[in-house]
Amino acid sequence: MAEKMALAKAINESLRKALEADPKVLVMGEDVGKLGGVFRVTDGLQKDFGEDRVIDTPLAESGIVGTAIGLALRGYRPVVEIQFDGFVFPAYDQIVTQLAKMHARSLGKVKLPVVIRIPYGGGIGAVEHHSESPEALFAHVAGLKIVSPSNASDAYWMMQQAIQSDDPVIFFEPKRRYWDKSEVDAEAIPYPLHKARVVREGTDVTLAAYGPMVKVCQEAAVAAQEEGRSLEVLDLRSVSPLDFDSLQASVEKTRRLVVVHEAPVFFGSGAEIAARITERCFYHLEAPVLRVGGYHAPYPPARLEEEYLPGLDRVLDAVDRVLAY
Amino acid sequence: MTVESTAARKPRRSAGSKAGTTGSKRTTSTTPKKGSDTDLVQLLTPEGERVANPEYDRYVEGITPEQLRGLYRDMVLTRRFDAEATSLQRQGELGLWASLLGQEAAQIGSGRALNDEDYVFPTYREHGVAWCRGVDPTNLLGMFRGVNNGGWDPNGNNFHLYTIVIGSQTLHATGYAMGVAKDGADSAVIAYFGDGASSQGDVAESFTFAAVYNAPVVFFCQNNQWAISEPTEKQTRVPLYQRAQGFGFPGVRVDGNDVLACLAVTKWALERARNGEGPTLVEAFTYRMGAHTTSDDPTRYRHDDERVAWEAKDPIARLRAYLLATDHADEGFFAELEAESEALGRRVREAVRAMPDPDHFAIFENVYADGHGLVDEERAGFAAYQASFADVEGGN
Repeated sequence: MAEKMALAKAINESLRKALEADPKVLVMGEDVGKLGGVFRVTDGLQKDFGEDRVIDTPLAESGIVGTAIGLALRGYRPVVEIQFDGFVFPAYDQIVTQLAKMHARSLGKVKLPVVIRIPYGGGIGAVEHHSESPEALFAHVAGLKIVSPSNASDAYWMMQQAIQSDDPVIFFEPKRRYWDKSEVDAEAIPYPLHKARVVREGTDVTLAAYGPMVKVCQEAAVAAQEEGRSLEVLDLRSVSPLDFDSLQASVEKTRRLVVVHEAPVFFGSGAEIAARITERCFYHLEAPVLRVGGYHAPYPPARLEEEYLPGLDRVLDAVDRVLAY
Repeated sequence: MTVESTAARKPRRSAGSKAGTTGSKRTTSTTPKKGSDTDLVQLLTPEGERVANPEYDRYVEGITPEQLRGLYRDMVLTRRFDAEATSLQRQGELGLWASLLGQEAAQIGSGRALNDEDYVFPTYREHGVAWCRGVDPTNLLGMFRGVNNGGWDPNGNNFHLYTIVIGSQTLHATGYAMGVAKDGADSAVIAYFGDGASSQGDVAESFTFAAVYNAPVVFFCQNNQWAISEPTEKQTRVPLYQRAQGFGFPGVRVDGNDVLACLAVTKWALERARNGEGPTLVEAFTYRMGAHTTSDDPTRYRHDDERVAWEAKDPIARLRAYLLATDHADEGFFAELEAESEALGRRVREAVRAMPDPDHFAIFENVYADGHGLVDEERAGFAAYQASFADVEGGN
């Protein structure tokens, strides 16, 4: 039953399945209806499910998330789209002070099954505010779950699971991988939403990544193999919760860890991983945990993004350094 | 405790009648003077005289003496509860209290206009509305004592948790109302907020969403003249009710110290919502007689003569005058209410003093509905840490 499809199409199929399965599921956001979203992720959904369930909203991110909270309180399961990563901040207050905390402050009486889809990351030559990776800004907040698929199959299944979750889930979609195709088996038994997956086995160094950087790490592992180095690649898939057990198991084997993400290194998810893996694997580590990511500078103009984003060479450079200890 | 309902359930009215027509002339802007009473809907004067109002009289014309006494009782008991809470804060039993003193009519009038199935989204000062919804007053005090962040089931009384971030709840109310409309339900939603919140982007966005989706929501703004230390002039150049016009729905200013007018106007607005006529903005023009909260000192920013002037418009005194003038209540009623009021104060005092501190592990409860590995890990770490002290004590 497996079918090869692009990551964007896989999310589209997943949303379609959810809309079919549960009349309480809603899709809402700017331009998600007639246009099908600026990336066409919601293409055709309004035509098939109507304006009442696939809702073009006013251009107001706080309003989108705030009304989604109200709809969830009424029993709906809204899947909202924030058009680009850099536009989520007007909704940050609603996400952090309301969405994340309402279950706790109601002493468990209220559940908010809201999914917030955010196309994120760079590499598509976009203008300012269209290439950012703000996942750490959300991972710091208790009450939210943060996931990011790296391929079409995960995108399909993780969206199904995110919609079924009774917790708010921020679903970071690697926009530069939207058009990458892979096999999606809609009949498969899904892999647990918050569990990491070894996508390439190796013995010398572990590369840990999620979303758009998994592919870069896989390519780096292929290149390193030609130099006789065996790199293990771990697709973390979920940033909160983070699967430290899988990280630990891999690092106990390879004894070296490089974390790769597009987001700035400073206070990024790599920092938390480095700290916790150091605690867990202190006597196994042959070298400090290294991080490869964005710089402590605003995301640069598109002509500079290749220098800013971690690429094959920067990952291999970190591999060299971690092996030099 | 049972709370006597004074809100008569009304049948649905056919659409298109005068009061429900969008674009009613009360929304047309004639740039009235800020704070002028020109556009103020009033049914009871500050002296307690009933004045006729052709548009709104019909919403209270069937009101019985018993219901009027009920409104009075609601206001008196709410004020008594509020005073008790202020005292409890002074005694160190509460960390903070946000008093509603002076706003009883706005809250009881609007609260008693609601049907059971309607849904309320309050700020943190809607103690009178909570009373009308049947939320036990002592439940409101948990968050002010610091034992929880909201101690009641919102769906138990269709009264959402208090919201402290200013204006956020107006969007929740709008979304909830969008859901009500999707469900084809015959109920309405009311969002409470204040003059300060009217400056928040979330309030403007909620107006936009409610208008665009024609959501059955009433925006009930209690303009109590002060956002902590800032007067309404620091929030707006136009009377707040006129903001609605720009969003395409009616706005009306009501005397917020007149419980009858608040009841009538809210009933009208709720009726519009139920009839599919969309949102309404009600600005209840009132006054915060006390401080913003017990942490505030109003003498630093406002003159006492302002408060004294508003005292003459007291919501309870004017209904009392009306009840007496119309022989709808006698001294026996007031004496009985006084005793009930003291009993309520006593009950609240005892309940708060007996309120236990939460279990330490409550920190980790309900962070997630479906669980989270990190929370489990930290709970276990905390347990081990706590147990280490038990070992020391046990090892003496």
